Amino acid sequence: MWHNLSMRMVVFFLLCVNSATVVASDVHAGVAANFATTFKVLKSRFEMETGYTIIESRGSSGKLYAQIRQGAPFDVFLSADAALPLRLENEGLAVKGSRFSYALGRLVLWSATDKNVAHGEAVLRRGAFRHLALANPKIAPYGAAAKQALVTMDLWEIVQGNVVYGENVAQTYQFVATANAELGFVALAQVLSKSNAAATRVWEVPQTYYQPIRQDAVVLNRAKHNRAATQFMRFLKQPAVREVIEQTGYGVP
Amino acid sequence: MSLTSIDLSPIFLTLKLAGLTTVVLLLVGTPVSWWLSRTQRRWKPAVEAVVALPLVLPPTVLGFYLLLAFGPQGWIGAPWQQLTGSALSFTFTGLVIASVLYSLPFVVQPLQGTFEAIGHKPLEAAACLRASPVDAFFSICVPMAVRGYVTAAVLGFAHTLGEFGVVLMVGGSIPGKTLVLSISIYEHVESLDYATAHALSAGLLAFSFVVLLAVYVVNRRFRYRIA
Repeated sequence: MWHNLSMRMVVFFLLCVNSATVVASDVHAGVAANFATTFKVLKSRFEMETGYTIIESRGSSGKLYAQIRQGAPFDVFLSADAALPLRLENEGLAVKGSRFSYALGRLVLWSATDKNVAHGEAVLRRGAFRHLALANPKIAPYGAAAKQALVTMDLWEIVQGNVVYGENVAQTYQFVATANAELGFVALAQVLSKSNAAATRVWEVPQTYYQPIRQDAVVLNRAKHNRAATQFMRFLKQPAVREVIEQTGYGVP
Repeated sequence: MSLTSIDLSPIFLTLKLAGLTTVVLLLVGTPVSWWLSRTQRRWKPAVEAVVALPLVLPPTVLGFYLLLAFGPQGWIGAPWQQLTGSALSFTFTGLVIASVLYSLPFVVQPLQGTFEAIGHKPLEAAACLRASPVDAFFSICVPMAVRGYVTAAVLGFAHTLGEFGVVLMVGGSIPGKTLVLSISIYEHVESLDYATAHALSAGLLAFSFVVLLAVYVVNRRFRYRIA
């Protein structure tokens, strides 16, 4: 009886190990937080088309970069900027020639409550708000773009006392969604992913007000000979896929 | 990277937050832990469990609910707004409230233990000598509980120093108001300024060690004196 039980446990254990190898992924992607919802769509489409599986780790690009430098097991890196993939390439951690822009970020001013936000610049200038949320310009590309836009509009000095910082654009969205901040600069993709009602309370910041948010992807060294990873990068460049990226709130280069 | 170029205001802000939180915690924690050490009520375990929750909950859970509660329609934020005319989220006051909740078990649990160890006898003796309960508490229990108070104060202080997740979620990282040391370190790491992150982290590590060491040294001395 005892023998029987321990045998069963061994079998059970082997089954666990075995199923774990079955679900092992073919591509492990590090994905910038702002691209998460779009990535979800692309991931299921890629998996359907190719039979490969992807797992993703989300985070701010800076954190993902630091993890990659410390040997994180990522095959591809989809950054929120162009600088970090370039840096990885220069440091010899990414495959040379694999780097390209998969999306251009679109910055919007958004409010969870106030429809007037569509008047954009005028609402900011009137200053009838307590808190304006930005992603931290020092660490988040969307934050840097928001600050640039405010400087362009000659508003930075005026609103600075009312600015609160999210550590990334996802947290900035959270501040606005919970109405703790009346206004906030977030990514268009975030607003579109929620509801149609949310999409009526936005003002898209003219793209001439800020440096383009070029979001680059790169293949990392460990995936040099990973076919699934190379195929995923090709997938991102397909016209049909670029269309999806565009529909979910990005520009495509 | 020279030390002089590092912005030191997060350090002072953090000390101020931890200090103020500790004072509030000792004031709030004393009656709570006294009640817990004396009561026989049926819901005592429930109160104990609530007090201990911040020990096991991820700070993101506490931070998320506080963010909702602090909002203009939130159950803390709305009355606060009416009372004071100002918001709680993204303010220093909001951080103090969050820190008090977050560090509550670190103050209540050692105090409760100390009060339980004192037992009923000293108070009964005081009552026989016609001391009022309040008088007995302050002239007998508090002096006897010094060790517990030192431990509680230091743990509450040190735990608030290291607070991160909750502050990240309700603070908004405003320099001089809510940008505390742990957040500042995080931002330096994120912006790949590892040198400054190192300097600040090493400072916090050393400071925390010294504080804890002081508690254990002091506790040892008191143990001999009281026993």
